[in-house]
Amino acid sequence: MKDLFSFHGGVKAASHKSESNQQPIKSSILPHVLTVPLRQHTGSISKPLVKAGDHVLKGQMIGKPDGYMSAAIHAPTSGRVLDIDNKLVPHPSGLLDLCVLIESDGEDRWINRRETVDYKSLHPKKVYNLLRSAGVVGLGGAVVPTAVKLNTSTAIDTLILNGSECGPWITCDDLLMRERASEIISGLHIIVHILQPREVLVSIEDDKPQAISEMEAACSSTSYRVVKIPTRYPSGSVKQLVALLTGREIPINGLPVDIGVQCFNVGTAYAVHRTIEFGEPVISRVVTITGHVNQPQNMEVLFGTPFSHLINQSGGYRYGVDQLIMGGPMMGFAVHDDQVPVIKATNCIFAARVANFTLQYPVRPCIRCGVCVDVCPMNLLPQQLYWYARAKELDRVKDYHLFSCIECGCCSYVCPSHIPLVQYYRYAKSEIWAQEKEKQKADLARRRYRARVARLEHKKQIREAKLQEKAPVLMPNANYNSRDM
Amino acid sequence: MRFIMLNSPHTFSVSESEISVGRTMRRVLYAMVPGSVACIWFFGWGILINISVATVVALGAEAAMLTARGKNLTLYLGDCSAIVTAWLLAISLPQLAPWWITTIGIIFAIVVAKHLYGGLGYNPFNPAMIGYVMLLISFPIEMNAWLIPHCIWQPQAMSLIEVIKATFIGVLPERLSPDAITGATPLSILHNNLELEASVTGMLNSYFPSIFNCSSGWEWMTSGFLAGGLWLVYTRTIDWRIPVGLLGGLIAISTVFYLTDPHYLPPWFHIWSGAPIFGAFFIATDPVTASTTPLGRLIYGVGVGIIIYIIRSFGSYSDGVAFAVLMMNIAAPTIDLYTQPRLFGAGR
Repeated sequence: MKDLFSFHGGVKAASHKSESNQQPIKSSILPHVLTVPLRQHTGSISKPLVKAGDHVLKGQMIGKPDGYMSAAIHAPTSGRVLDIDNKLVPHPSGLLDLCVLIESDGEDRWINRRETVDYKSLHPKKVYNLLRSAGVVGLGGAVVPTAVKLNTSTAIDTLILNGSECGPWITCDDLLMRERASEIISGLHIIVHILQPREVLVSIEDDKPQAISEMEAACSSTSYRVVKIPTRYPSGSVKQLVALLTGREIPINGLPVDIGVQCFNVGTAYAVHRTIEFGEPVISRVVTITGHVNQPQNMEVLFGTPFSHLINQSGGYRYGVDQLIMGGPMMGFAVHDDQVPVIKATNCIFAARVANFTLQYPVRPCIRCGVCVDVCPMNLLPQQLYWYARAKELDRVKDYHLFSCIECGCCSYVCPSHIPLVQYYRYAKSEIWAQEKEKQKADLARRRYRARVARLEHKKQIREAKLQEKAPVLMPNANYNSRDM
Repeated sequence: MRFIMLNSPHTFSVSESEISVGRTMRRVLYAMVPGSVACIWFFGWGILINISVATVVALGAEAAMLTARGKNLTLYLGDCSAIVTAWLLAISLPQLAPWWITTIGIIFAIVVAKHLYGGLGYNPFNPAMIGYVMLLISFPIEMNAWLIPHCIWQPQAMSLIEVIKATFIGVLPERLSPDAITGATPLSILHNNLELEASVTGMLNSYFPSIFNCSSGWEWMTSGFLAGGLWLVYTRTIDWRIPVGLLGGLIAISTVFYLTDPHYLPPWFHIWSGAPIFGAFFIATDPVTASTTPLGRLIYGVGVGIIIYIIRSFGSYSDGVAFAVLMMNIAAPTIDLYTQPRLFGAGR
């Protein structure tokens, strides 16, 4: 069998990993107040289980999953609930969302943890429920509830544990693999037990030799295979990773399970391990604090901790920082304020200097040189998408498969004219969504109107039928029927 | 603390940044040098005067239009795109074209075909070719006064001063009559005689000169542009598909006609005379106005090649590169739409 396949495009970006991966993971100091959003996952927002003034213990459930596509939220530390209110959360929209504000009592006292369970003796359904109520979601960034991904009727052929971490500057998975490889593999055992795949692959980019050797050691007594993949962004993106490892492409609008593959991030496997083996819900994660801060590092951070608290522990901002990004510089988004809390999706906090950049490299016109075509991992034509998005020709943008764009940023990254291409694609997507919403609304209004006309017609017919029955008798007051009109 | 809100990615490749519009344009200029030097050698200083006049006028027109459109002068003038347009047009002109021909052509190319049609990146047609076609249609006499090739040391060759006088005040040196220095190009001779049903072989023997003498200036010029063009392909400044498609298409169609009826000109003559080589590497490859998909570029090139052949063989113009490029320019968006690469996940 061929070891590795390939995918079209991608970029070899300056990786900037060594800034933050030279020292071990440090635990963050407990902040005074934690702002815990009730929506930290893909799916519906959790229902609050506490009210202002309640005392909560570390690990106590404070948000109940609402529906199948949802996950529980837990108190990251013990303390008093100050309020449940809409607060600024790290989200590209910059909108507020419902959060539980907890004032720490400094004791960090755990709730009674469930005893270790032997997952092998449990029905898989029981395992999903444990994971769901422990709030386990994909910690690679997509934050899809893990229970949903495990509950599949399709037979899984290949299970991929994703430790690629292709994004420049980000090193949280690297450090996690170096320090907690056996725990990650222990979590992987549980996932393997449920999915029963034919083959298990652990993918790690070849710029992380230490993580590779730790993971290889942890896998030595298993049938799992650690695969070194070339350092090439976006090899950690699910579609590209699956193509790279299996030579199969996930169909357009499809999911990995459609071709018998499932992927989990190393952080997720670690969280599964903590949940099943120790009864601990997900209340913290490893976050890379990097970019233009004085001491870049990785920290184990409780959810709800404000970004500023971590920046202060990392030596503060360097001169000229004017942008704060959640996620890496390729796909992360800018946040309005450094008071926003760390959430389950926060893998990296990146302090950037952009003002100089934009002055030094001004935007020039697109001459359709086609460098972007060469790097697009989805095989799109970025220059055509840009042209039509700019002209607001939304039908044409769809003809050029805008919705296949994964917003990896490779096209903007290499654009010799420094055009913020991805920004135009996001704009076009949101315009199309807005139009579709409008259309749905109009359709609904039209259906309602038709139903009303039909209803009135029906009433009229009944009335006329009644009138005919009573025809011989003259109605003294025939006005009663005008009421409904 | 408030932060700047910009979209991702928040970084870009500094090494790729060196592939700026300016670098691409400058490379195209360098690649035109060998062909232009050959032109000076065989046709005198005329092309140098044309290039100089065109460059000055183009920069002036570009600056004026950028100012009128409220654009940053230093940013846009520095990209050299106006100079490329100027050189492309200047090289396409007869060597002793009067200064006002060059000026009108350049102004039309820069002001109308470049800026009024949308500006760099938005112009649907190759500006230099719009300027050229406008001149060809409006000033047929001046546009067909091609010099007879001589080596630069031969007595018929004009000195720099004489060329300047001819270009700017229209005065030829007394020792030379207009008929003695200008003549039809090999292509137009054949084109005209074909209409008289003359024998092709006889004509080719009498007019197509051996490559090693002083009257083979056209062929040396073409070789110079071929060398420059191959360098552009080698450095990946231009994509190989357009030149290959264009020359391949021209060879294919001319071979078919030549084999069915030897009355038609042979393929090697089509490739080697007139502007196909220059057009294939320098004009049709303008990324703004050409197709941009890999398959589309091949189709686009083949289309230009076929139209060149049709115009040359059946039209009233002896060469058709400019017309062919413009016709395919407007087809480029449609070609792109239907030649998209296979999408990731779309099945094979």
